[in-house]
Amino acid sequence: MKLHGNVGDKRLRKILEEFTGPIYQRPPLRSAVKRVTRIRRVYKIDFLEREGRYVLIKIWCEAGTYIRKLCHDIGEVLGVGAHMFELRRIRAGSFSEKANLSTLQDVIDSYILWKEHGIEEYIRRVILPMENAVLHVPKVIIRDSAIDAICHGAPLAVPGILQVETGIKVNDIVAIFSKKGELVAIGKALMRSEEMVSSKKGIAVKTTQVLMSPGTYPSMWKKAVR
Amino acid sequence: MRKREILVRDEEESDPRYGKIPTERSVEELIETGVINLDKPVGPSSHEVTAWIKKILQVRKIAHAGTLESPNMGDGEILKFQEFYQ
Repeated sequence: MKLHGNVGDKRLRKILEEFTGPIYQRPPLRSAVKRVTRIRRVYKIDFLEREGRYVLIKIWCEAGTYIRKLCHDIGEVLGVGAHMFELRRIRAGSFSEKANLSTLQDVIDSYILWKEHGIEEYIRRVILPMENAVLHVPKVIIRDSAIDAICHGAPLAVPGILQVETGIKVNDIVAIFSKKGELVAIGKALMRSEEMVSSKKGIAVKTTQVLMSPGTYPSMWKKAVR
Repeated sequence: MRKREILVRDEEESDPRYGKIPTERSVEELIETGVINLDKPVGPSSHEVTAWIKKILQVRKIAHAGTLESPNMGDGEILKFQEFYQ
């Protein structure tokens, strides 16, 4: 963040503190979403370092928080004005800078090593199984016999469930996995974890996105008799 | 990340004749369905970088997820993960 005027450390820290918690934000003029004022949670702002008017901060926030806007608003409250100078995303969902981060050069090099020289080691470090994208999403593990119906978009019924992770609430997003650890689909929970285990029947998860190709597992469901 | 425990409803193994453990996928399969945690350079847009990756890997379907300012991205099916990575 670059400040447009001089501000002391003490005051800067105090205002940054004020911007943690729920904040109101109206999406900017050029934005991907509807421009209505909405609430976003800023969990934490760390004041890392500064050099005159350049301030380096680390922000933990909810998805959809406009950081450029946040910097602007901090400037307004400080009274001197400010703008976002540079932004780097250091974590999103289950991805972070710490593990398996690849540059464009890594992508090109590893692809050529595999394509032209048959070396798989490097491209396997660059292209990760899609399951990596949902490491942070609670899992529901299902029977083979329930898989193909889900691949065709059917909701997940309780008898198809083998295991459930704790902490799932109604309307939470969940990841449906096979016993082999393959991601089958993503869905919305219609029951809590405990109910998914204790209920005899009922729909546990509404399928929203199917990731596995239909036909990967045999279809076991009853087809309508014509 | 919050630590979760597993509740067991029933025990059953998966039939080895169908599907595949994710780590056993071929490179071709990975390119078709995998994800890349990409360190996007400052300058080109996420959209442009996505197009370059599409060309490099010669894939049909590709998408990125992550805000306007800096992305996480992948191929093909990643389209479906976008709601996690606004």
